Amino acid sequence: MPARNEKEILITGFGGQGIVLTGSILGKAATLYDRRHATMTQSYGPEARGGSCSSQVIISEEEILFPYVEQPQVLICMSQEGYDKTKASLVPGGLLIWDTDLVTTRELEPSWTAYQIPATRFAEELGNKMMANIVMLGFLSAVSELVGVDSLRQAVQSSVPAKTRDTNAKAFERGREYGESLLKSRAKKDQGQEQA
Amino acid sequence: MAGKAVLTGTYFMNGDEACCEGALAVGCRFFAGYPITPATEVAERMSWRLPEVGGIYIQMEDELASMAAILGASWGGVKAMTSTSGPGFSLMMENIGLGLCTETPCVVCNVQRAGPSTGLPTLVAQGDMMQARWGAHGHYEIIAIVPSSPQEMFDFTIRAFNLSEQYRLPVLIMADEVVGHMNERVVIPPADQIQVVSRKKPSVPPDQYRPYQPGPDGVAPMADFGDGYHMHVTGLTHDERGYPVMDAATQEQMINRIVSKIRDHAHQIISYDAIAMDDAEAAVVAYGISVRSARRAVAEARGRGIRAGLIKLNTVWPFPEEMIRDLAGRVRALVMPEINLGQMVRELERAAAGRCRVRLVPHAGGSIIRPGAIVQAVESALKEA
Repeated sequence: MPARNEKEILITGFGGQGIVLTGSILGKAATLYDRRHATMTQSYGPEARGGSCSSQVIISEEEILFPYVEQPQVLICMSQEGYDKTKASLVPGGLLIWDTDLVTTRELEPSWTAYQIPATRFAEELGNKMMANIVMLGFLSAVSELVGVDSLRQAVQSSVPAKTRDTNAKAFERGREYGESLLKSRAKKDQGQEQA
Repeated sequence: MAGKAVLTGTYFMNGDEACCEGALAVGCRFFAGYPITPATEVAERMSWRLPEVGGIYIQMEDELASMAAILGASWGGVKAMTSTSGPGFSLMMENIGLGLCTETPCVVCNVQRAGPSTGLPTLVAQGDMMQARWGAHGHYEIIAIVPSSPQEMFDFTIRAFNLSEQYRLPVLIMADEVVGHMNERVVIPPADQIQVVSRKKPSVPPDQYRPYQPGPDGVAPMADFGDGYHMHVTGLTHDERGYPVMDAATQEQMINRIVSKIRDHAHQIISYDAIAMDDAEAAVVAYGISVRSARRAVAEARGRGIRAGLIKLNTVWPFPEEMIRDLAGRVRALVMPEINLGQMVRELERAAAGRCRVRLVPHAGGSIIRPGAIVQAVESALKEA
């Protein structure tokens, strides 16, 4: 049972995708720029690359006592294995995000808010699939209010190598724009349904 | 030397990195080590930070050599450390013994993972607590400190160095995978707010200096190699001049010295925090990452009207016997969560001496302890007590 006021976020994928960095940037945005509390823990196997891996972030207005994520309210999946293993942990009403080209979801719990984004494809279009995680963070900033968007932008900039800052900023905005347009089209659709 | 030793500011950093920064802030300028999960990030950061501040980083061929190198560096007058995990800690034991016998200040950080042997390289445990106490052969006293957060990895590494310099011995930081790999806010204070203790130097002329003649505090002043003092360093039993003497009387004098300097100052070395203890009927006694499980458990228990409190151990060796003995007379139960099947709880039982019920919340390793398991243990211990 998460403590009151704690937001639990679970990010899953495989080694080499920057899953741990993604969690670290999110936690950094909350801690250093939003001036709230955050912890990030990580889980991975003994392999250097390719093994299943996850990062777990807790964001809170208060000091965080227990740092393990138990019932995530947000689940981000960048691998099929990650999705299959962790989907049951997402709370009713939770937010599920996955990479369109890497995960097949089949049936979803109706109470979940579910979005997909071809983050890896977008990153490849921008010249480096390694930035899929940053595209994902940009998307997350549009479809959730976990942390302030400028905080997240700053955390990205201060976490990536200096010479990749511009391309990572583009990757972030690509994900964010996609998220904003997705929200707009959903809002239109909902409006259409109400009128009908 | 382009960098600052004290990176004053606020960071979102993991415990291994914070350990490195604590060491640099208190003056560590030599690191010899061999990378091992989950301690690699300490060495990795040291490898670029030390050259920035005029220090030396060496990646050694193994952990035996790593430990030997930091002892040598310390005799050269430099504050030195290494970091490792279970398999490497086992390999370091012989030279940790050498450091204890030769009274050499240095710091060893063990970021514990589940063992024995290769075990679970990437997953947490607290299984080396008795190895920390008794892993080297022979009789000695040791100091081991137990951080429960990245901030404490910074703060307690500073304290580890200060204790090692003050009492002239290897000091152990018994961290664990979660504390080492967890990112959290770490505040690094301004340099002038960091307490730095350095070893006492001899005040007598070289012909009167004896490298193992204790001062009034039981600790002998230590000259650096090259200072002009006559030094002899050996793992054989030695007299106050440092020369080997193979008899029972010299052995007794030497062992009494390395034991007494710690036992006589135990009350200054031991550190703990009492949380929600004023009206507590049961005390959870926790150390390291299990403090985090315990803090949530105590909050949950209080929420259900159970009068539970927490004793958060910041040092485990020397064990706080007097405090536990006294506590055992005031509460109905002591509950210890630890990520092993019962190590420090033996000390807890010994110190409590039957004055109250003592319960273990064990875990074989691979995960931290769920708070619910601690709440349950507190409840059932209070029912039976």
